[in-house]
Amino acid sequence: MIQYNRFTLDNGLRVLVHEDQSTPLAVVNVMYDVGARDEDPNKTGFAHLFEHLMFGGSIHIDDYDEPLQRAGGENNAYTTNDLTNYYCQLPAQNIETAFWLESDRMLSLAFSKKSLDVQRKVVSEEFKEHYLNKPYGDVWHKMRELAYTTHPYRWMTIGKDLSHIENAQLDDVKHFFFKHYRPINAILVVAGNVKTENIKRLADKWFGNIPMGEKYEHRLPLEPVQKAPRLLEVTADVPVNAFYKTWHMASRLEQGYYNADLVTEILGGGGSSRLYQSLVKEQKLFSNLECYHFGSIDAGLVALEGKLVQGVKMEDASKAVEAELDRMKQEAVSEAELQKVKNKTESIIAFEDMGIMSRANSLAFYELLGDANLMNTELDRYNEVTEEQIKTCSQQLFDVNNSNEMRYYSKN
Amino acid sequence: MLNRKQEPDIHDAVDFDVTLKPYESFTLDNGVPVYTIDGGAQEVLMLEWVFYAGNWYEQQNIVAATANFMLKNGTAGKSAFALNEHFEFYGAYLNRNCYNETASVTLHCLAKHLPDLLPVVAEIFSESVFPQNELDIYKQNQKQRLEVNLKKCDFVSNRLIDEYVFGIDHPYGKYTSTKDYDALQRESLEAFYQQFYKNGRCMLFAAGKLPADIGTQLNKVFGQLPFNRTEMPAVSHAFTPATEKKYRIINDTNGVQGAIRMARPFPNRHHPDFPKVQVLNNILGGFFGSRLMSNIREDKGYTYGIHSYLQNHVHSSAWMISTEAGRDVCEATITEVYKEMQLLRDEPVDAEELHLVKNYMIGSVLGDLDGPFQIIGRWKNYILNNLTDAWFYNSLQTIRSITAEELQALAQQYLQPDDFYELVVI
Repeated sequence: MIQYNRFTLDNGLRVLVHEDQSTPLAVVNVMYDVGARDEDPNKTGFAHLFEHLMFGGSIHIDDYDEPLQRAGGENNAYTTNDLTNYYCQLPAQNIETAFWLESDRMLSLAFSKKSLDVQRKVVSEEFKEHYLNKPYGDVWHKMRELAYTTHPYRWMTIGKDLSHIENAQLDDVKHFFFKHYRPINAILVVAGNVKTENIKRLADKWFGNIPMGEKYEHRLPLEPVQKAPRLLEVTADVPVNAFYKTWHMASRLEQGYYNADLVTEILGGGGSSRLYQSLVKEQKLFSNLECYHFGSIDAGLVALEGKLVQGVKMEDASKAVEAELDRMKQEAVSEAELQKVKNKTESIIAFEDMGIMSRANSLAFYELLGDANLMNTELDRYNEVTEEQIKTCSQQLFDVNNSNEMRYYSKN
Repeated sequence: MLNRKQEPDIHDAVDFDVTLKPYESFTLDNGVPVYTIDGGAQEVLMLEWVFYAGNWYEQQNIVAATANFMLKNGTAGKSAFALNEHFEFYGAYLNRNCYNETASVTLHCLAKHLPDLLPVVAEIFSESVFPQNELDIYKQNQKQRLEVNLKKCDFVSNRLIDEYVFGIDHPYGKYTSTKDYDALQRESLEAFYQQFYKNGRCMLFAAGKLPADIGTQLNKVFGQLPFNRTEMPAVSHAFTPATEKKYRIINDTNGVQGAIRMARPFPNRHHPDFPKVQVLNNILGGFFGSRLMSNIREDKGYTYGIHSYLQNHVHSSAWMISTEAGRDVCEATITEVYKEMQLLRDEPVDAEELHLVKNYMIGSVLGDLDGPFQIIGRWKNYILNNLTDAWFYNSLQTIRSITAEELQALAQQYLQPDDFYELVVI
C-alpha cells in the first residue's frame, strides 16, 4: 500500500506527495499529458525532440543541469507514445532547487535557436544509433504502420522520418510548449524525505502563479476494428530470418488489459513459458522468442518476436506459433499456470515499488490515468482474472482477422 | 515578488555526513561467509551466491560462461523446464552472471517463498548435469546471437578495444568466436562445474527484508555442501597489449555511425591515484555535465552520448572513452576528445566547476546507497576487490579535498594522447 497526499493548485496543477523518511533523498517528478500520439502526422518525433529542448534553458535560468548537479542532484526524462516524464533526485535538504528549476521551465522555455539546432542533430544521432545503424532496427516502424491505419500509434516516439526532426522550427516549438506544457496538463509528484505541509508551501510559491493554460483533450482518431489479417514481407541485410506478429488488445483501463497482460506472461514470460518451451526448446524452430505487450494507454498491441533457427522455413515457424495460440483459444489454462503468472505479477509489483523514484513515477502515471489510487488496486485486478477470461481473451486477441504478421528475411 | 533568477540556497553535499551502513556477517558450517544488509519497506529480498568461477579459471574459451549459464538447464532430478517453472511459480527470478574472476547466481524473491526456493538453488549447486540436448540448443542459439551482434559496430568495438589493451589471451581481453562454441564439450563443462561450483569457493550476499531466521535457513540448506574445502588453483595471466595504437575498421560499409573507443591501461583500485582519477574522470566524461558531453553532444551535436569511465576490473583497469558518432564526424570527435584532454593538462579546473563536480559526486554516492540492494552491491564490490569501508571513506575524503592543482597534475600524468588506443568501427 503506497500512501500519498493529494492537492490541486488554483491553476489546476495536481500535486501528490509520498512521504518516506527512511531515505535521505527526495524525488521531484513532473509528468506532462502529451506523447507522440498527440503529434501532427507531418511533424512526428516532436514530443521527444521537445523533451531534449526542455534542458536547453528556461526563461530565467540558462542551464537546467548545472544548478541541479551543484545541489547534488541527478535527472533524466523520457517520452513515450502516451506521455512525457521528467524526474530528478537530490538530497532532500536541497529540494527547493528542484522546485525552482521545474517551475521555471513550466513557466516558459528560453526558446533558444542554438539549443534547437544542436538537439536536432543529437536526436538525429539517437535515431541513427537505435533505428538505422542496427540490424532489424526498422522493424517496429514498419510494424506500427502495418498494424495501425488511423490511430497515431502508427509512428514511433522517435518519429516516422528523420526529415521531420530535421525540419522542426522554433515556431513549432513555441506552439507545442504553450499548448501542452501548462499546469492544467501536468502532474507533480514529490516523494522521499519530505513533509506534505512544506511541499504545499513550495508548490504554491514556485508553481502557483504559472498561468493555467487550456485543458488539452486528446480526441484521437479511433483505430477501426481490423477485418482481415495483414502480412508484410521484408528482405534486408541481416544475418538471420526473423518473425514478428502483433494483435490489437484492450486499452489500459479495461479488464481486457489485465487479461491480455497475463496471456502474454503465460505465452512468453520466462523459461517456463509456453512459446519458449515449445518452439525454442522442444521444436527448435526459434533461437529466441518473446511475447509481450506495449502497455499503451489507448488500445495497444500484443507482440511476438523471434529469430528463426537457420534452415527453418518461415511458413513452418508461423504455423507452429499458430498451433500454440490455438491451444490458448481451445483449452482452459490450469489453475497452477494461472497462479504462476499471478504470483509473478505480485512479485514484479513489489520489486517495482522498492525505490522512491519508481514509486513517484507510478503515482504520476496512475494519476494521469485518472486516479493515483489505482496503483494500490492493480494487484486485485490481476487476481480477479479467471481461467475462463484467459480463454475468452485469447480467442478475441488471436482471431486471425486481428493479426499483423511480418516476415523479415535475410538477403544472404 | 518571487525572484526567479535567484537560485535557492543549497546545502553543499560535500558537507553531508555520508555513511555506508555496515554489513552483518556470519559463517555457515562449511565455512561459507554470509554478508547481509537488512532493510527496505517491501517484502522482497535478494540473495547472491558468488563463486570463484569466472573466465580467469577456464582452460578453454567460453567454458566458464557456458557452465554458469547452464547451471539451471537440468539437474539429476529436474529438467530445465521444471527448474524454471519452480522459480517462476513463486514469482522468483534466478539469474546467472559470469565475470572475469567470479561468476554468480542471484535469486530475487518475496521473503515468504524462501523456504520453497532455497532447496532448489542448493540442488543446482550439487546436482547440475548439463544435458547434451540443452548444450546443443545453447550452442546453436548463441552462435546465431553472435552473428547478429557482429553486425553492430558498438559490439565489435567493445571486443576489439579490450583486446588491444589487455591482449587476446587475457581474461579481460578475450572474446568468443563461432569456433569456440563449436568446440564446447559437455565433459569440460562438467569438470569445470565439479571444481569451481560443486567443490568450489563460495560466498553469499543477502539483502532486503530478511526473515529473522535467515541464518538458520541458509545453514540448513547450504551449510553441509562441500564448498570452500579445496584450495583454489593459483592462476595468473600475462597482459599482452597491442603495440599498434590506432585502428580504423569498416564493419558495415553502409553504416551511418562509427563506434569510437579510446582507452589507456590504468592500475586497479589499490593504487593511490584511483580515487583521485575518479574525480578527474567525472570532469572529463563521467556525467551529463562533463566536458566531453558539454562539448561533443551539447555544443556540436555529434553524438547522442559520450562517456568516460574506469573499467571495473580486479587486477588491472583501463580508462575508457566511448561514444557512437555520426560517420562523417568520427574524426572530428576524436580531435575534440584530445582537445579536452589538453585543456585539462594545460589549465587548472576553475573553482566553480570543481565545486559542482564535488557536490554532484557526493550526491550521487548518496543516491547510489538508497536501499538495501544498492548497499550490498557496494559491499560486494569492496569485498571482491579486497577493500574495506576505509576505501569508501577515503574516496569521499578525496572528493571533498582534491584541488585543481592535483587534478591538473593527474591529467598531465594520465591524459597523454600517446598512451591511448584509438579505435573507430563503422
